[in-house]
Amino acid sequence: MIFLRQLLFPLIAVIAAFIVGGILILLIGDNPIEAYRLLLGSALSWPDGIGYTLFYATPLIFTGLAVLVAFRCGLLNIGAEGQLYIAAFATAWVGITFANLTAWILLPLCFVAAILGGGVWGAIPGVLKARFGSHEVINTIMLNFIAVALCSYFTQYHYKLPGDPIMQTTPIGPGAHIARLGKFVPGLPERIPVNVAFLLALLCCLLVYLFLWRTKWGYELRATGTNPSAAEYGGISIRKQIIIAMTISGSLAGMVGINEVLGYRYRYYDGFSDNYGFTGIAVALLGRNHPAGVVVAALLFAVLQRGGIHVDGFSENVTKDIVQVLQGTIILFVAAEAFFSGSLGRFGLLKRAKV
Amino acid sequence: MSELFSIALFWSIIRTSTPLILAALGGMFSERAGVINIALEGMMLAGAFTAAAVTYAAGNPFVGLVAGMAAGVLVALIHAVACISYKADQVVTGTAINILMIGMPAFLSGAFFLSSGSTPQIPKGQLIPWTPIVIAFALVPIAWYVLYKTPFGLRLRAVGENPEAADAAGVSVARMKYAGVLLSGALAGIGGAYLSIGQSSLFTRNMTSGRGFIALAALIFGKWRPVQTLLACLLFGFTEAVSIQMQGVMKLPSGEDIPVQFIQMVPYLLTIIVLAGFIGSSRPPQALGIPYQKER
Repeated sequence: MIFLRQLLFPLIAVIAAFIVGGILILLIGDNPIEAYRLLLGSALSWPDGIGYTLFYATPLIFTGLAVLVAFRCGLLNIGAEGQLYIAAFATAWVGITFANLTAWILLPLCFVAAILGGGVWGAIPGVLKARFGSHEVINTIMLNFIAVALCSYFTQYHYKLPGDPIMQTTPIGPGAHIARLGKFVPGLPERIPVNVAFLLALLCCLLVYLFLWRTKWGYELRATGTNPSAAEYGGISIRKQIIIAMTISGSLAGMVGINEVLGYRYRYYDGFSDNYGFTGIAVALLGRNHPAGVVVAALLFAVLQRGGIHVDGFSENVTKDIVQVLQGTIILFVAAEAFFSGSLGRFGLLKRAKV
Repeated sequence: MSELFSIALFWSIIRTSTPLILAALGGMFSERAGVINIALEGMMLAGAFTAAAVTYAAGNPFVGLVAGMAAGVLVALIHAVACISYKADQVVTGTAINILMIGMPAFLSGAFFLSSGSTPQIPKGQLIPWTPIVIAFALVPIAWYVLYKTPFGLRLRAVGENPEAADAAGVSVARMKYAGVLLSGALAGIGGAYLSIGQSSLFTRNMTSGRGFIALAALIFGKWRPVQTLLACLLFGFTEAVSIQMQGVMKLPSGEDIPVQFIQMVPYLLTIIVLAGFIGSSRPPQALGIPYQKER
């Protein structure tokens, strides 16, 4: 029953958001059923729809996990955006600088760069909070902008091919490329960029679950999140936990760099992130801060993102911006859960569910 | 160097800091009442889009300005209802509003103007380049007076510092918080309107480009006080004005351009430094971010 209630709120939030979106589409004089049919139909077609949906889901699983780990420690990491930029640039830097190394050495180095880059950028607000007590939300917002500016500076002044009108670095060495899933899955063309990083994302879900719920360290981290004073009384150093949580969180966000740089563009492309970091907050919340929920929520948002492109092309008045409207509305409803528990309680639904 | 520091730069600073002052003063009312407002960006976007769309339709920028302000209030109302009435997490709600407001104006302009996220050009005679500037700078002493010299300001600050005590003294905590958040929406809405019908002549997708967050940074850098916040806005406006002006003008001794990215980073770096307590202490309102649960 508890399990069902965990599912109930996110589901209602999604349905409610779709109703709000539907009303908006009606108001601008279009047919919501038709728009939603375009949205979902294109995202679930084989192989392009599903291939791209899995590709879009990959970064969202990473950022969703990143937000989740911080959340479980009582922190809100809205800096995944900055962490993934630094990580992606670091990955590309290693891939460019050591381009001549063989894959067996270069690939692990690139992975380490992604994890370390994100980890360090995540650790900064952790240390600032642990040492000076300054709020991680403000610091991560500020660090997002600093990260974007830094990466853009290095791209423009040091790692761009001279004369290239596009803000992107030179390509990474071929040894740093990771395989696309099309190589292994019959019927899935290799032009679709979903790659091994998707499997890595699923593996990370399992690892995060095992870490948080099956290890002593994970227990300490969650204890800090649920009741910091009790945790401290029990001998857990809150400051240490804050730094650990933010570092892990940043590393997870950083792995977006693996998907983007090693599996998709094979270079750093300035401004590549389509708000992955912020959508990660939505993913974690909708997924109830559980790794399994994160996968489901990431897939849902990926469906929206993929479908949005299709709606844009085939619908007269509805643009792909409906996706952001839906996303924002979903988070609002999930965040204001009391709204539903209040109204459901009034109809006696929730009381029955409790039994 | 001399061509950089000129009358032109002075006016440029006034123009770049105006939207920051409006949004930051708005954020001050919200945060002083204990409600974190990272949704300033979304409120500004709502104001910018509505002001441009209404000015285009009505042909009168003052109607547009009022409409922009109303749009800001409407978005603030979402924030207020979610955070105050339904005790939602203030940062999460703010993030949701920001995502929603990237999509909503683009969605509506796609439907109304059949464009990809921008409104049609407004004729030059229908712009208001001065009114919002006057409002912004006049608001600083007014905000100071309201906050420190009126019963309303006292209650607002009490609610943000110690809601239990304010409640016990007979102040309606929820009503004061609503007032603070809605005021922030009104001011951020005007700030956004200035961008579209004052500084520019149309709304473009995501045209605030982070100014809501810079305003938030200025508010923290200004330690949640009106006059210091004004100075912070002028400083951050200065960095923006310089980064617009200096491209190709200012050079390092070695003859290279100073990368514009470094100047853009300054406000954010300064905010982190001041928040860590290196430049005096910056203390947020005591009950900031904590939903108030009335005891029964």
